[in-house]
Amino acid sequence: MVAIAIRQRTDPRDRVGHALLLVVFLVLVAFLAAPLAALLVQAVEDRTGAFVGLDNFIAYMQTPALAQSLWNSVWVAAAVTLATVPAAFVFAYALTRSCMPLKGAFRTVALTPLLAPSLLAAISFIYWFGNQGVLKGAMQALGIAAIYGAPGIIISEIFAVFPHALMILITALALADARLYEAAEALGTRRMRKFFTITLPGAKYGLISAALVTFTLVITDFGIPKVIGGDFNVLATDIFKLVIGQQDFQRGAVVAVFLLAPALLTFAVDRFVQRKQTSMLTARAVPYSPRPSRGFDLAMTLYCLAVALLMLAVFGMAVYASLVKFWPYDLSFGLKSYTYGLVDAEVNSAFFNSLKLALGTATGGTLLVFVGAYLSEKTRGIEWLRPAVHLLALLPMAVPGLVLGLAYIFFFNAPNNPLNGLYHTMTLLVLCTVVHFYTTGHLTAVTALKALDAEFEAVSASLKVPFYRTFWRVTLPICTPALLDISRYFFINAMTTISAVVFLYSPDTKVASIAVLNLDEAGEQGPAAAMAVLIAATSLAACILYLGLGRLVERKTQKWRNLK
Amino acid sequence: MNGEGSGKYLELLGVSKTFGSFTALRDIKLAVAQGEFVCFLGPSGCGKTTLLRIIAGLETQTVGLVHQAGREISRLPPAQRDYGIVFQSYALFPNLSVFDNVAYGLVNRGIARKTIGTRVAELLKLVGLPDAGAKYPSQLSGGQQQRIALARALATSPGLLLLDEPLSALDALERVRLRQEIRSLQQRLGVTTIMVTHDQEEALSMADRIVVMNQGAIEQIGSALEIYREPASPFVADFVGKVNVLAGTVEAGGLRVGSLLLDCDAAGKPVAGRRLRAYLRPEDIVARPIAAGDSNVIDSRIEKIEFLGSYCLVRVSADGLGQPLTVYLSLNFLSELNLAPGKQLKLRILPERLRLFQA
Repeated sequence: MVAIAIRQRTDPRDRVGHALLLVVFLVLVAFLAAPLAALLVQAVEDRTGAFVGLDNFIAYMQTPALAQSLWNSVWVAAAVTLATVPAAFVFAYALTRSCMPLKGAFRTVALTPLLAPSLLAAISFIYWFGNQGVLKGAMQALGIAAIYGAPGIIISEIFAVFPHALMILITALALADARLYEAAEALGTRRMRKFFTITLPGAKYGLISAALVTFTLVITDFGIPKVIGGDFNVLATDIFKLVIGQQDFQRGAVVAVFLLAPALLTFAVDRFVQRKQTSMLTARAVPYSPRPSRGFDLAMTLYCLAVALLMLAVFGMAVYASLVKFWPYDLSFGLKSYTYGLVDAEVNSAFFNSLKLALGTATGGTLLVFVGAYLSEKTRGIEWLRPAVHLLALLPMAVPGLVLGLAYIFFFNAPNNPLNGLYHTMTLLVLCTVVHFYTTGHLTAVTALKALDAEFEAVSASLKVPFYRTFWRVTLPICTPALLDISRYFFINAMTTISAVVFLYSPDTKVASIAVLNLDEAGEQGPAAAMAVLIAATSLAACILYLGLGRLVERKTQKWRNLK
Repeated sequence: MNGEGSGKYLELLGVSKTFGSFTALRDIKLAVAQGEFVCFLGPSGCGKTTLLRIIAGLETQTVGLVHQAGREISRLPPAQRDYGIVFQSYALFPNLSVFDNVAYGLVNRGIARKTIGTRVAELLKLVGLPDAGAKYPSQLSGGQQQRIALARALATSPGLLLLDEPLSALDALERVRLRQEIRSLQQRLGVTTIMVTHDQEEALSMADRIVVMNQGAIEQIGSALEIYREPASPFVADFVGKVNVLAGTVEAGGLRVGSLLLDCDAAGKPVAGRRLRAYLRPEDIVARPIAAGDSNVIDSRIEKIEFLGSYCLVRVSADGLGQPLTVYLSLNFLSELNLAPGKQLKLRILPERLRLFQA
């Protein structure tokens, strides 16, 4: 017997799968790994392309204005985190651990900020507290001179990131083992003590995760500081000024690396936390269901009502402002802002570009993500490729949109890159957006696929049925609900994203969220609000459409689930 | 498939599997005859499932060859081998009807629809669920789902049927019923079958031959009776059935255990003075018949009676033995003699049943 390990021959039909997986891998290399590498290279080179080590970073830190931005970014993000996480925690606690009424409605309202670009909050707060704001006097009475700058950024960011923190905390708090509470009760433990000894430790990882995600979202957000930041400089606005304004790519790359750091940390901690969280809840755990408690439920209802009203006030103001004729002088209603925005400012083309981007991302992204996840999870052979694909699929979560966009400039704008022709095209915008939001889609797909019996493929092979046939007849139909989730996620994020595309659009491929930014910059507040509302309305319509589609799919492909 | 009549339908030649520094399977040699029902039996982690998956081509051995029906299949991917497989999880396609599940392997072979329909009906009848075709798997009980999985695996008339712990997800009653059904179905079809199980009762009641495995190696291959009566190693004696273990030394005239000298006619008697372990099944210690002059008769006291149904597991302390023994006694016998803990009982150790192993 020779000592060389036996290798199985590959079935010719399996080679199709290997080739496709290789394609997914190459797409991720070309549109994620390579641009990021180009960015990192740029950060350690000077303008002539010579290697300078950390000189760019040292020069950056020695520029007082830029170092100030770094500090501004950090403390603002920290302040938002400190405010948002506790507020979202109480909200999540109310949703998962109380018997208050209208949970569904509260949850929906709290998630509405996801439907619009984050800068909608900034626009709205300008209407509330800005120079011509409704409540400017009240704000100044509190000792805040102007909303522009840190106060505006902080309050807008709280609104914008609240749903992100909320979703993480709902998940963390929903994972509760009723047996622990029953045991505590049997021992005569009081409510407070139960909270501090069972609930809080149980949600510990969720809290860490929510805090890190909040911090990262704020520090990497571009839209809000751009709109309401005034002279208050932060990293995200610096990066834009350096790259687009001054064409200083090296320093831009340095700032990008600074933005990459917290995101990478968040990513690493989040991975660690995920593992802990799943191991905490065993299969034998009994799900916790809250019992009515009058005083507590009332307090929770009032709290959620207050939060929901604040949310609606922010959202409502944007809608209201978009509908008045001429703020603040003529408050009668009219569609002038809409017609101006769409027709005179030619946002209609931007709006259609947004739809194109969203549809392209929702279809292309879902296809790429699902096929990639399926092939890496469910097929055999070319084992070396799987860990690489998995790593590349998780990486986007650690890359802020601004960084990705900048990386795309460095990579695709390079004249010697054969893919240079893609630069400024809608195709590149779609690919960038797909990559930007790849991880969540990938994880959703993997979760859905892991729920399937691991032996479907083995059974098919034994019956000599090729894998793609089983994919088509079994895997795909079973996974359609997850597929719709992924597609909706891509659609809404493509509608509302600014950060990556802000570096990549051309006049022909400008999207609606960027148009809002431009209108705002041009002082056209009303039309800016109108366009932001239009984006939110489109997202909402898409959500409803997906809901309907979901029902249809449920009836078509999932009827076996509810049979008895 | 040919290979009819040959003693070796399936042959494993020195199959080993290593994962890094861990050896999952060590030099497995085995030949399975046409139409035989073979069980791989062993504790979890002994490599039995890995071995089955290697035969199926779902995993690849590090070294060694696999022959099936006169063809070397060592390097063939699963789709190019000839077998049907049933998993513990059934792995039925939940979104397809029972009919579509059973027909799954038939559809892409260019067989006429009508022929497929006839074949599926025939298979459903074979597994005793002739009317289940229109249902979905979730509408069936676990045992019914397993029957459908069996029908699906047999649909293409494979030369080899592989069963990976097919019964362990079922409740006790269903398990016993399905055991007999699978066995009689297998005998009727004459399909060569390999079943992996950790349940010794299952293996003993179903298999023509049992392959007892431990830590990646084969401990013994034999019929149920051989495995049970003549375990080749302490592991087999311990793993299959209950066993009393007596520590002793060989002396002239017998086996010294405690202060007793036991008569023992195990083949190949070891050298005198050697420390040994004698393995003895509970039923090899009898309460009757005991004739005057019989050897190996011991006086004992009943310590504990564990009620198991028609038989009881009785723990006794034997005078001079220095350790307790476990004995099977029938309920009728116990009540006839009005036996209870504390009572005295004469027992006889059957000399021909003592199996000696090196300590």
